Amino acid sequence: MSIWEYANPVKFIRTTDKILPWVSIAAVVCLVGGLVWGFFFTPADYRQGSTVKIFYLHVPSALMAINAWMMMLVASLIWIVRRHHVSALAARAAAPVGAVMTLIALATGALWGQPMWGTWWAWDPRLTSFLILFLFYLGYMALWSAIENDDTAADLTSILCLVGSVFALLSRYAVNFWNQGLHQGASMSLDAEENVADVFWYPALVCIAGFVLLFIALVFLRTQTEIRARRARALLARERAA
Amino acid sequence: MIALLTRDLRLAVRAGGGFGLGLAFFLIVTVLVPFGVGPETALLTKIAPGILWIGALLACLLSLDRILALDWEDGSLDLLATAPLPMEGIVTIKALAHWITTGLPLVLAAPALGVLLSLPTEGYLWLVVSLAVGTPALSVIGTFGAALTVGLKRGGLLMSLLVLPMYVPTLIFGAEVARRGAEGLTVQTPLLMLAGISFGALALLPFASAGVLRVNLR
Amino acid sequence: MELTVSDLTVARGGVPVLSGVNFSLQDGRALVLRGPNGAGKTTLLRTIAGLQPPLTGDIQGAGERIAYAAHADGLKAMLTVTENLSFWAQVFGTNDISSAITAFDLDKLTDRLAGTLSAGQKRRLGLARLMVTGRPVWVLDEPTVSLDAASVALFADAVRGHLKAGGAALMATHIDLGIPEADVFDVTPYRAKPGVAAQDEAFL
Repeated sequence: MSIWEYANPVKFIRTTDKILPWVSIAAVVCLVGGLVWGFFFTPADYRQGSTVKIFYLHVPSALMAINAWMMMLVASLIWIVRRHHVSALAARAAAPVGAVMTLIALATGALWGQPMWGTWWAWDPRLTSFLILFLFYLGYMALWSAIENDDTAADLTSILCLVGSVFALLSRYAVNFWNQGLHQGASMSLDAEENVADVFWYPALVCIAGFVLLFIALVFLRTQTEIRARRARALLARERAA
Repeated sequence: MIALLTRDLRLAVRAGGGFGLGLAFFLIVTVLVPFGVGPETALLTKIAPGILWIGALLACLLSLDRILALDWEDGSLDLLATAPLPMEGIVTIKALAHWITTGLPLVLAAPALGVLLSLPTEGYLWLVVSLAVGTPALSVIGTFGAALTVGLKRGGLLMSLLVLPMYVPTLIFGAEVARRGAEGLTVQTPLLMLAGISFGALALLPFASAGVLRVNLR
Repeated sequence: MELTVSDLTVARGGVPVLSGVNFSLQDGRALVLRGPNGAGKTTLLRTIAGLQPPLTGDIQGAGERIAYAAHADGLKAMLTVTENLSFWAQVFGTNDISSAITAFDLDKLTDRLAGTLSAGQKRRLGLARLMVTGRPVWVLDEPTVSLDAASVALFADAVRGHLKAGGAALMATHIDLGIPEADVFDVTPYRAKPGVAAQDEAFL
């Protein structure tokens, strides 16, 4: 039994149909639980006051913005190497979700930045690279929707995703070089000396889990929709042929 | 290969708009900037390297859709694909022809436009060096964008959306070299990075461009 | 050498248009493809020329032996007739363009810009390109479009000369070229049932 069996559209739909409700419920539980815990049952930060609580939205969405692109990269590679249609469609399905995650990260960052740094926006390396990532998402989605033939679109977008990843990474280093920035360093890494205190850390973990589950649920749902749309088109074509 | 290069250059000269258009656009952008930000010499001196880089980048972008679209429309791209030239070679030559007709004139014209923006004397050398090192990357990346969108009607806008984010690293390092040069600082690190991007793009991107062009031709 | 096509299925936009096509074309022979508009002649020729992959089946003796001429001539309006031809000669690594110019009666036009030629003259120039490629198998898609009777005769002579020299020609055309020795291959029986695009089949 190989993992590639799930690359069959029918098998994929059958399996995800079983998983999807549970993932969705788990996502809602984690998100509601984590946010309520974080918003109402943690102390306010002694320097940042209650503004720090937007962190429960900001950090998970920022993480998912990057992870969604990573997932698209992996799915694109699978399409290029093994040409499983589900993989290409999953990459297509993930793009708008990733773009919205990027937008949430940028918006919550702006809301947080205003009281903290006194500005909605600064050309800080992290902010800038997220903005660039957002542009890459836009280009990727625009290319998908511009091409009629599905296989051609899948081929072109997966190569764009590969090349884009390299340039997104390059941009990350370039903007770091270009401006040292205001943004604090990673405050949640496992090995950092100065991490956020455990009281903030646990609800944040729950929120991150919630965002991951939400992302999985949305990608499953959107991939199913793409598959069903393709299936409907194929059935119509067969109908017409018969 | 050389035949393809000479043909493209000859076409650029004869059809007009090859050498001239990009340069004229570069000139106009540079002239418009003082109208937008005011004629203060100190301010212009400060922003001159960045403005010149952005102007060069936009001038480059303007002519990208000519790289492959014309050959696509008249069917020569199909015929070239059946010719004994590797597709990677074809896209590299196309990028080179684009650089010679657009990038090189920009490099040569940049000092004259630097005068208009009161670029300090120390800045000229590094402005020219940064453009000379960086514009090949712009042409090669642009060829990739052109190959992605070659079959599409109204692909020009989409191509800008795809290509501009990929221009960010080149722009940052290129403008940084020019800025540091103008301020008399050491330019070694950004210059090396810029050269790295150019050589990397030149070495690897033709494979991607050839790949997407093959997909678009079938 | 011969060009052999076996059990070939070709697709337009992923939808099969011709399937189970079998034929072989010996050197020195010509084969005329016939069939109604939209039957898939162009798709078949593009596949044989290597511009698109076949869905199934096998093509032997094509690749580097093919000189392909499509509906579009690939001419550059701002180059002269000579420049257009010598460009393709250089690309294909040959250098004799004068025989092609004579064969298609372009002698008086050599210094004219291709953009100023009439449609028929452009077509003649596009066909002259075949001769400078030096390749043995001509694959021609509607070669006689916009040619007058005299030019069709010139073209037929060029094809005959090419066959005599050991070349082969595969062409899709509706009119009688005046090459009686050419075999005719009707694609109509091979038309694929309208069906599902290959890329959609996995979804059924």
